[in-house]
Amino acid sequence: MNISKQLENNALTIALQGRLDTTTAPELEQELQNSLDGVTALRFDFAELEYISSAGLRVLLTSQKRMNQQGSMVVCHVNETIAEVFEITGFSDVLTIE
Amino acid sequence: MPQITFKAAVESIPAVTEFVDGILEENNCSMKAQMQLRIAIDELFSNIAHYAYPDGEGEATVAADFDEPQRMLALTFIDSGIPYNPLEKEDPDITLSAEERQIGGLGIMMVRKTMDDMTYVYRDGQNILTIYKKI
Repeated sequence: MNISKQLENNALTIALQGRLDTTTAPELEQELQNSLDGVTALRFDFAELEYISSAGLRVLLTSQKRMNQQGSMVVCHVNETIAEVFEITGFSDVLTIE
Repeated sequence: MPQITFKAAVESIPAVTEFVDGILEENNCSMKAQMQLRIAIDELFSNIAHYAYPDGEGEATVAADFDEPQRMLALTFIDSGIPYNPLEKEDPDITLSAEERQIGGLGIMMVRKTMDDMTYVYRDGQNILTIYKKI
């Protein structure tokens, strides 16, 4: 998985490429721990993300909880597979998906 | 029936995925089914890696059986760890808010809902879990 970040003032966009699963979720978790200080708008761009498993959902949930305290979080460019995962798990109600 | 035995560790997941991808590509699997299977492999194999052998290292075998006329792929996960039937696990509450949410059980629920069938048996000291998916 590749993680690319773009910070503009207090708005951070994180674009993921590849798979967000058991093997790669810890990398994202680490990255988020180091990047969210002072961020008030977090945007995940999943245009190049193939799929997500529950290990990835865990990281998104942690991130959503943190952003609930300090600003907003949106997830955009979700493919069909990932949309299905969000639907089945009820994450479509927890996350803001654009 | 092609099968491979892997170390029951998270690091094995890419190799398991690659093994199954090979079979899917030979049989012109749809992209959607392939993605769902990759997620299922991640969920099931990571469960084995995390919980099957609490006292140390172990192995897990993945066997694939493709019924060509029915286009049904059966993937079987076999480990010799502690008995665990994921089908007995209750689905988590998926209506809770972010603050109240638990992740436990979501993986198995996703597998159940995206596969065509799932069976479990404990036999001769082994957990034998099979998922069925039309590809």
